[in-house]
This record gives sequence, structure tokens and C-alpha cells, in this order.
Amino acid sequence: MIILSVESSCDETSVSIIRDGINVLSNIVLSQIDIHKAYGGVVPEIASREHIKGITMVFEKALNIANIKKDEIDLVAVTKGPGLIGSLLIGVNAAKAFAFSNDIDIVGVHHIAGHIYANALTKDLVFPLICLVVSGGHTELILMKEHFDFRKLGETMDDAVGEAYDKVARTVGLGYPGGPLVDELAFTGEPNYKMPDISLGKTYNFSFSGIKSHVINLVHNIKQRNEEINIPDLCASFQETVSEVLVTKSIRAIEEYDAKMFMIAGGVAANKGLRKKIDERINNVEVIVPEFKYCTDNAAMIGVAGYYQYLKTKKTDNMRLNGSSRIDLV
Amino acid sequence: MFKEMVINSVKEMDDFAKKVGKTVFPGYLLCLEGDLGAGKTTFTKFLGASMGITDMINSPTFTIMKIYEGTLDLNHMDVYRLSGIGMDYDLEEYVYGDGVCVIEWYKNIIESLPEEKLVIEIKIIDEFKRLLKIEGFGKYEEIVKKISN
Ligand SMILES: Nc1ncnc2c1ncn2[C@@H]1O[C@H](COP(=O)(O)OP(=O)(O)OP(=O)(O)O)[C@@H](O)[C@H]1O
Ligand SMILES: [Mg+2]
Repeated sequence: MIILSVESSCDETSVSIIRDGINVLSNIVLSQIDIHKAYGGVVPEIASREHIKGITMVFEKALNIANIKKDEIDLVAVTKGPGLIGSLLIGVNAAKAFAFSNDIDIVGVHHIAGHIYANALTKDLVFPLICLVVSGGHTELILMKEHFDFRKLGETMDDAVGEAYDKVARTVGLGYPGGPLVDELAFTGEPNYKMPDISLGKTYNFSFSGIKSHVINLVHNIKQRNEEINIPDLCASFQETVSEVLVTKSIRAIEEYDAKMFMIAGGVAANKGLRKKIDERINNVEVIVPEFKYCTDNAAMIGVAGYYQYLKTKKTDNMRLNGSSRIDLV
Repeated sequence: MFKEMVINSVKEMDDFAKKVGKTVFPGYLLCLEGDLGAGKTTFTKFLGASMGITDMINSPTFTIMKIYEGTLDLNHMDVYRLSGIGMDYDLEEYVYGDGVCVIEWYKNIIESLPEEKLVIEIKIIDEFKRLLKIEGFGKYEEIVKKISN
């Protein structure tokens, strides 16, 4: 089965062609990152315009590199959300137009399902599995008992992990996107600052706004006393507490559901502090982390997720398929 | 109309949000100001809950806007990143839509917002204490009275 997939939920315009959910024939990613950098983050309206500019070219390139004809494509898969509404609509409408004019079925895919299924390109999934989804906009702990069967065990009640990292970076003046810098500096400091308990007890939900406020207050108080903040130590303290809660809840979920596999997905999967802690603490189940090129947004992962979604549900969408800024995985 | 009030705890913020929740109508525009960690999202979670929204309301910072469907939709925005850029046309239809629109860091797009709006500034006094500065313009003048006592 050959799938053409489309992803445009944020700042990458991407089209991929993939056979049987595993052989990536092409995966073209046009990143807008340099355009948005000047604004300190993705600007929705600019993102939409750039998607419009790039999408036709990305479609053509994906088809050319895969070297297949349009009538060989069995299914179109497209990210329907969550994401920036204007950006999503461009991918959805382009995918619909392509599907309609070539008389191919279409399925709308959840962006996070895509991030999770990026891991299936690295290794065959074994169930039950626990997936920790961590990114600028998401923090979720997902249980999968079989293919395309998701159960959300918990999620953030306020800020996402990546967002909390960026806000801490903002508080100590590290600029944007500060998350990766906090991660780096953390390795040069010691976790000497006392951080609040953010474990929230037995729930699988997360909360990072409390530690954010704590860091803000701490920095404020240190400045009032005319003392210097030890930024590496602050980063190390923050990183230790945050990665600890992520890994501890993951381990609890692995044990409770007798998971055979653990994986991380999403942009923060690249965080070295988190990876180190996972290495140290999770060793009785197979651990997969996505290949770097599939960590960031790309259409290949949507193609893989779309493949398993179709196998499982046998359902397709119709021309009323629409983008949505916020939809649940389950 | 301008009022100030002190909030001593998260619980009091919830009570305050419930009062605000009683005043919403289609096209309601609520602008929030206050530093990082002041409690803008915390307030909005409580407001959404009081409007009957049961989905998890969490921070819109990353996507800039999250839409929650309900009897009245809640369009929750954080326009921090639009500083120096101003209004984003992808967002505009939701500001002028018929849901309840809550905008964190609204000053970044103030030029493109309508005159008539409710503005709440949250100032951090200490860990749990907040000072609210509430101002209503046009039809929102009345609302300030209703929510500040
Ligand atoms: N009285 C209070 N009202 C609201 N929040 C409070 C209060 N006391 C303490 N807090 C805490 O302060 C934090 C506020 O974080 P929140 O994410 O709501 O801030 P924000 O203003 O939305 O920040 P940002 O600019 O990052 O979006 C929460 O952890 C909350 O529990
Ligand atoms: Mg907020």
C-alpha cells in the first residue's frame, strides 16, 4: 500500500511517500525556522503564507524523488490537528485537492499519533507500550495495547514541558528558543537550588506552572538581595526536577500496565538531560527514541500513522475533512 | 469603570473567575495582562470550567490559540510572541467571533482590538497573593461592578 502524506501543522511544510508504513520513498521537509527566528517563535499568519508558497513544490518534489505515478497511490493521509489553524488548513486543503482530483481516499491523522508512529520507523512496536510525548506544546503519557489504540493516562494541566523550559530561559535572559540552552547549561551546573515537589501524587497528570512560578520568584528574590544567580545551577536544578517527574511517572506506568516497550516522542525527545535519566533508570523494557530526522515535524510519520489507522479502522474521511487547532488523540 | 481587588489564594482566584463566568455572552472579549507566572492561564482554566467546559484547559502559549467547544466556545489566546508584530489575521476572526475570547499578553495586539472590552491586570504580590486591576470599556463598565464585589 502506497500512501502520500502531508504535514503542515506548524512551521514545516512536508510531503512524504511511504510504502506499507515502513519504506520511506521520499520525505520532503521545507522548514520555515529561519523565517520565524527573527520573531522569537512561529508567527501563525507568516507560517500560513509560507505553507502556501511552498506546498506545490513540496508535493512535486516528493512525487519525483519517490519516482511513482499518481495512480499508484492508494491513500492520502494528512495532519488534521492539533496545530496552528491557518497552517493546518493549507495542508488539509492541498491533500483534499490532490485526493479529489486523482480519485484517491483520504484520512485525517492526529499529529501526536504521527510523532508516536515516527518510532515505528526505528523498530517494530511491541505491545503494551508506554509513550511519553514531550514537545513545546504537549506533555502526555500514552498507553497503547495494540496498533492504533491509544489511551491517555495523563497530560499537562498547564504548561507543556518544552514551554516550561522556554519560560525558564526567558526568566534568566537566555533568549529564544531557550529550552535547548537550559538543557546544555544544566550539564555545567549542580542541582543546588531547592525546587518544589511537582509529583502531584498518584495521578499521571503533570503540572509545570508551579515550578515556573518558583523559578520566577527565586530569581526575583535573588535579584532583590543584589546577589548573583548561578544560572548553570538553576538550569541543573530545574532540569533535574522536571526530568525526574517525567521518568518517575513513566516508570510507574510501565509497571502498572506491564509494558514491553517504552518510547519518547516529540521535539523535547532530543533533550539530553531527559535521555540520560531514561538511560539510567529505565532498563527492564526496550526503550526507543526516534531518529533525529523524525523528531521534528515531518510527513513520513503521518504516513506511518495513517497506514496503521487505516488498517485498524478501515475508515476514510470525505471532502468535509477539516483542520482543528485542538483535538484529542483519544 | 476601574476597580482594584486583592486575591489571597488560588481558591479566591477560582471564586473570582466564577463571578466573571456569570457575565459572559457571545462575542465577550476579556484581555489579560500580567507577568510570566502571574496566573493568566490559571484564571482562564477556572473561567472555562465555570462556563461548563470539561476538556483540559492548558497553556495556549505554544500554538498561540486553543479553541474549546461548549455552549459558548472559549477561544483562549496567548499573543506573547506577537510582540512587535501586532495582530495576526489568522486570529482575527476569533477575536470578532461569537465565542468568549480570552487573550493573554493582549497589549501586544492592542491596536487591533476593539474599544469595548474587559481588561484584567494581574500583579504578583507574593507567592499566592495577587492584585487585580479591573477595567471595563463600553458595555463592560457594568460588568466591572458585578465582578469586583
Ligand atoms: N492567587 C493565585 N492566582 C492564580 N495563580 C496563582 C495564585 N497563587 C499562586 N498561583 C500559581 O501561579 C502560577 C500561575 O501560572 P500561570 O501559568 O497561570 O501564569 P500565566 O500568567 O498564564 O503565565 P504565562 O505568562 O507563562 O502564560 C500557577 O502555578 C498557580 O498555581
Ligand atoms: Mg499563560
